[in-house]
Amino acid sequence: MSQDAINDTIRQTITENDVVLFMKGNAKFPQCGFSAQVAQILDHVAVPYKDVNVLEDDTLREGIKVFTNWPTIPQLYVKGEFVGGCDIIREMFQEGELQKLFQDKGIAATAQS
Amino acid sequence: MNAEKRLKEKLMLALEPTRLDVINESALHAGHRSSPGTGESHFRILVVSDRFSGLTRVARHRLVNDALADELSGRIHALALTTLTPDEPMPEQ
Repeated sequence: MSQDAINDTIRQTITENDVVLFMKGNAKFPQCGFSAQVAQILDHVAVPYKDVNVLEDDTLREGIKVFTNWPTIPQLYVKGEFVGGCDIIREMFQEGELQKLFQDKGIAATAQS
Repeated sequence: MNAEKRLKEKLMLALEPTRLDVINESALHAGHRSSPGTGESHFRILVVSDRFSGLTRVARHRLVNDALADELSGRIHALALTTLTPDEPMPEQ
């Protein structure tokens, strides 16, 4: 797949889903500690998200780095905008900024069970 | 020059930090399935620099990533980054 085609696929994914986490492994079984941290934070703030496992597709694994101009995974997108990688999401969560971002973007937390 | 020194040198030149910690954490990730096992794959970096003033977290990290682009496309697998200005408080840890 060309970078153009990958860009189209990524753009479609982040347009069709309010919250998208590009990660290694999936939400249930993260395969990298950094991806696991972000998945855990999203679970904790109880925001539904689409998990995209970059390990299933090498072109996507490299393509998402080019698309975002960001060298590492995980990468979190909210309403089509790149929010950050693991360190940024963790800092935002600790400062309460992540929760505020979801509120401001009108993304409701699901009821905690 | 080892990776730690190269990272430090590049960041010192690019960002003129007032504090710069580069810690090699590769050993912590040695068993990881995509760890290259080189002993120079995972680093924790703290940069305190005036250059970050007025920038978002993403923009700050991009400055660091740009300065280290050669390293990140090669042997270095992951960075844990903290980017602060001199007047921002140090995170607890």
